[in-house]
Amino acid sequence: MENNAFYVALSLLMNLDATLFQIVALSLQVSLLAVLAAALLGFPLGAAVALWRFPGRGGVIVALNALMGLPPVVAGLTVYLLLSRAGPLGELGLLFTPTAMVIAQFVLVLPILAALSRQKVEELLGEYREQFISLGMSRSRMMPTLLWDARFTLLTVLLAGFGRASAEVGAVMMVGGNIDGVTRVMTTAIVLETSKGDLPLALGLGIVLLTLVMLINAGAYVVSELAKRRVG
Amino acid sequence: MRKTLTLVLAGLTTLGLAAGAFADDYMTLASTTSTENSGLFNAILPQFKAATDIDVRVVAVGTGQAFEIARRGDADSLLVHDTAGELRFVENGYATERADVMYNDFVVIGPGNDPANARQAQTAAEAFANIAEAQAPFASRGDDSGTNRAELRLWENAGVEPDGDWYRELGSGMGPTLNTAAAMDAYVMSDRATWVAFKNRQNLTLLFEGDDVLFNQYGSLLLSKEKNPHLKYDLAEKWHKWLISEQGQKAIADFQVDGQQLFFPNAK
Amino acid sequence: MTSYNALLNAAATLCPPTALRFEGVAFSHLGETLLGPCSFTLTRPGPTLIMGPNGAGKSILLRLAHGLLSPTQGQVSWSGEGRPRQAMVFQNPVLLRRSAMANLTHALAVNNTPRKARRKLALEALERFGLTARADTSARVLSGGEQQRLALARAWVLTPDVLFLDEPTSALDPAAIKAVETAVREFHQRGTRIVMTTHDLHQAKRLAGDVLFLAGGKIHEHTFAESFFSSPVSKEARAFIAGELVE
Repeated sequence: MENNAFYVALSLLMNLDATLFQIVALSLQVSLLAVLAAALLGFPLGAAVALWRFPGRGGVIVALNALMGLPPVVAGLTVYLLLSRAGPLGELGLLFTPTAMVIAQFVLVLPILAALSRQKVEELLGEYREQFISLGMSRSRMMPTLLWDARFTLLTVLLAGFGRASAEVGAVMMVGGNIDGVTRVMTTAIVLETSKGDLPLALGLGIVLLTLVMLINAGAYVVSELAKRRVG
Repeated sequence: MRKTLTLVLAGLTTLGLAAGAFADDYMTLASTTSTENSGLFNAILPQFKAATDIDVRVVAVGTGQAFEIARRGDADSLLVHDTAGELRFVENGYATERADVMYNDFVVIGPGNDPANARQAQTAAEAFANIAEAQAPFASRGDDSGTNRAELRLWENAGVEPDGDWYRELGSGMGPTLNTAAAMDAYVMSDRATWVAFKNRQNLTLLFEGDDVLFNQYGSLLLSKEKNPHLKYDLAEKWHKWLISEQGQKAIADFQVDGQQLFFPNAK
Repeated sequence: MTSYNALLNAAATLCPPTALRFEGVAFSHLGETLLGPCSFTLTRPGPTLIMGPNGAGKSILLRLAHGLLSPTQGQVSWSGEGRPRQAMVFQNPVLLRRSAMANLTHALAVNNTPRKARRKLALEALERFGLTARADTSARVLSGGEQQRLALARAWVLTPDVLFLDEPTSALDPAAIKAVETAVREFHQRGTRIVMTTHDLHQAKRLAGDVLFLAGGKIHEHTFAESFFSSPVSKEARAFIAGELVE
């Protein structure tokens, strides 16, 4: 059966199956968009927690770290209850759309990006703090400088977030509904084919998904290594 | 560098959001996995679209979840197979109308060597009693779905209280339950549509069918505009009417898998 | 030596007065008093070399002066025209993961220098410190000496009135040391007040205008360079100059 699956994966790719292409494209769009949005909020958030002392700071750090392990299905359920017509944001009519999926994955990935960027920025701050104060930098001025300086690590953090987003099924299943042609992504398609007993196809899709993620990671690695060599 | 990044971002955003906002009219139908997994919708929805230019977006979940989705106003229509539940839904005012659409049956599946001798039973109750006596592994959905309730009624008819290591409640949908049953070499009760479309049979085979108590009725619910102000009533009404119309019923009858008809139209 | 001092004094008369005052300043950490209590005033012209064995409290004193640390006792203040512009160069140069040029323009940006002027000022500083060829090289791949010169260039573009240096050459080879000391003299010539720590006796002899000698967290001497080196008063200073007191 394992041999079967590889063959299936290969033939899927060879035939440039239109449905597969659409599913892959949607998976990438949803996860990439969610991760980028989460980075826009999460990186400054992490840096802010690293830079400022405030009452309850320890609690925030613990919470962020803990939320890295937020079960996707819980995130999905929470967003579902928010976006449902019966819920507070029901008016927006976002349930069962790709936008809802982006929101759910955003919720899932945000703690990861914030917690890990906080850790890295705090580490860098230890190195730079005296020099920055000497230069007369305010804490808010330090933020963009530190984030840019940490860019290689932050790229890895982004990839970790993307990995989490593209791998999860609980959240997108719940808020997306796995609607054929509209909200079906790689992971939900795998669940569907499994429930139909078509295990070779499910595994084949899994291999396609893994290959994709691996390609993205490889690309990022190459780019980062080349840049690191220049910057030192 | 920065310019490229902003362009890429903008492109992704528009793509991502556009994908969720088709220009066509669409409605959301909450249905069960048996209709989705069998491939019924792939067969009949294009015909509905050709007739009305309406896209039907199917959210296929367990029966309980389908009711909940409709109750919350997140679906425009409901097609499930739990007549008692459907009638209660109308009673409570969430739907204004319920109609018979089609039926099929449940079947008893089990390992090819049939250790409990279910094949030889004369009635479904007897088959179940045999399984209980032999203490042969039985995979139950255990998820309070329509199918699950039907299964529990059968145990009652057989005068058996299913309990013990052999009776495994999985809390899963039909597909996953079949997968587990195949791996466990266990008996399982399934709706025919899911079974016929199911590909991971391993040792499992159809052992018992035909008893009247295994009858499985599907109903369509026209939801209430009062309870759900966002309901796309016009579209939902068209769908509901089409299902029980001559064209819809014929579309259902025409649907076959491996030369077998899986759903039998019986609208009145 | 005498002509060098004369040169320093001549430079001093061209610059505005800036006096750093320590009044009863002490610094403790976790119950242990690491410095002080001590009182002194640093007036023109400098350069002031703060000397002493390792662990004497030189770095702490420097950081108290620059404002990186707050005294647990006493007061640090500036007389004259209020708090002057300051910059600091550390023992290990702290540079951003960017090109040499970018490190300078970043400092200028922080300093609110208009965007158009930044590149020009940065190029001038790079040239002054012999780093023109390295402008687009990443700061982190520069040699130790180049990095320290870049740190000095960064301080230069900020036109500080006072420049603090914390053992800036202890990690460098002789050629690099020479280049850094030349740079320090350039600052002094521009009128920047130099306050620098070192444990290198010979470096102090080369650079000092006046000396602040520390040992064991206490100031033992504060006098002009000539008198310190020729006739030190305290026994700790005598031992240090003789090369005996190591810690």
